[in-house]
Amino acid sequence: MLQILDIKKSFGDLHVLRGVDLDVEQGDVVAIIGPSGSGKTTLLRCINFLEKADSGTLIFDNEKFEFDKITKKEIARLRRKTAFVFQNYNLFLNKTALQNVTEGLIVARKMHKAEAIEIGKKALDKVGLSDRYDYYPSQLSGGQQQRVAIARAIATNPEIIFFDEPTSALDPELTGEVLSVMRDLANEGMTMLVVTHEMGFARTVSNKVIFMEDGVIVEQGSSKEFFENPKEERTKAFLRTIQGDMD
Amino acid sequence: MFSGRLWELFIDSFPKILIPGLTVTIPLTVISFTFALIIAVIMALVQFANVKVLKQIARFYIWIFRGTPLLVQLFVVFFGLSRVGILLDPFPAAVIVFSLNEGAYCAETIRAALESVPKGQLEAGQCVGLTYLQTIFRIVLPQAMRTAFPPLSNSLISMVKDTSLAANITVTEMFMVTQRIVARTYEPLLLYLEVGLIYLIFSTVLTWVQRFGEKKLASYGHKEG
Repeated sequence: MLQILDIKKSFGDLHVLRGVDLDVEQGDVVAIIGPSGSGKTTLLRCINFLEKADSGTLIFDNEKFEFDKITKKEIARLRRKTAFVFQNYNLFLNKTALQNVTEGLIVARKMHKAEAIEIGKKALDKVGLSDRYDYYPSQLSGGQQQRVAIARAIATNPEIIFFDEPTSALDPELTGEVLSVMRDLANEGMTMLVVTHEMGFARTVSNKVIFMEDGVIVEQGSSKEFFENPKEERTKAFLRTIQGDMD
Repeated sequence: MFSGRLWELFIDSFPKILIPGLTVTIPLTVISFTFALIIAVIMALVQFANVKVLKQIARFYIWIFRGTPLLVQLFVVFFGLSRVGILLDPFPAAVIVFSLNEGAYCAETIRAALESVPKGQLEAGQCVGLTYLQTIFRIVLPQAMRTAFPPLSNSLISMVKDTSLAANITVTEMFMVTQRIVARTYEPLLLYLEVGLIYLIFSTVLTWVQRFGEKKLASYGHKEG
């Protein structure tokens, strides 16, 4: 469904992505892990055009695009099929939880307000916030805000959702509520590409794991393979250092 | 010292000063400030969005109007332009100058407020499918205006008082009327204090409005304080 070929990105002299390939099938939950500065967030941001990649190819639903030649129109069209969940939520601060969810439906997709509100409420119910429709982001906890952000993502009925370290800004006790919503989504067959430090999530929820370092993929494979039988020395070393997190 | 004659003069002149306040000073302020806000939002946005050429024009405009005295601008527009055949009545001339002058200051206020909105708001807008302009007008600008509200209120209050300079280009606003009464009665202390008092009343009312407005805006759910 989504394929990336040889994507490259540098900020000045700093080569953040040095040729990365990626293949996501429908229904996949792909976890991208790796140490800080490995380029995983940049990869995700480039795929959704929040950063402009220097080169590389994107194939989405059998349509082929070059990262350095893609037009604004094509970007807008692709974004309608995707959704993005940010590390720091990025909820619209001047909108209520419900308005955050309906904004994209009403304004971007020209949906009738009543219909959008119905969908918006359903999405918020799904993430367990049926009693928070009219709360502003500043009145919600971090975990609740991130769940609103997930509701905002699923409301548009995307083909794939990108998650950029969705729990990294949360207190450990709030992490669980967000992960459980993501687990539900995964079980329903939502295609997800998740940059994460949550090894528990990578091991138990995702079916594929990609391990990145220094702008390249060191190892990738099924979650089971990756955690139980890693091939690369570097992966083994990484898994040893994070062992504590996994228990 | 505050004899019955003075008290009578005070009472007598109060409506005479207040009325041009209500019919000239306040309209001049309201009209000019409205234009100023429109100019300011446009000038701030072209800078924020980095629109070529327009951005340079905005910078140039702000440079000129912030860098020269308001009084000089009034004289150039009212007296100066007549030299090249542009004859303006005092009131519209004052509106033009106050709008442009205030617009330059407010543009900087709004630009700073726009830049204070987290970059993620813009990104999130685009990720849910809004266009750049939709995101600016529906998400970023409303938040920026909220931030800019207190400093803009400041500018407004300051402008009410600055309109007294329009007396210099023969706009018969409060200050000019006061000067005329002084010329007749030779009571500068009393009358200038009186007009000062009326300005103070106007500013005080605006301060209340500002406070009320800030409370309203706080209903975004942000904590007051």
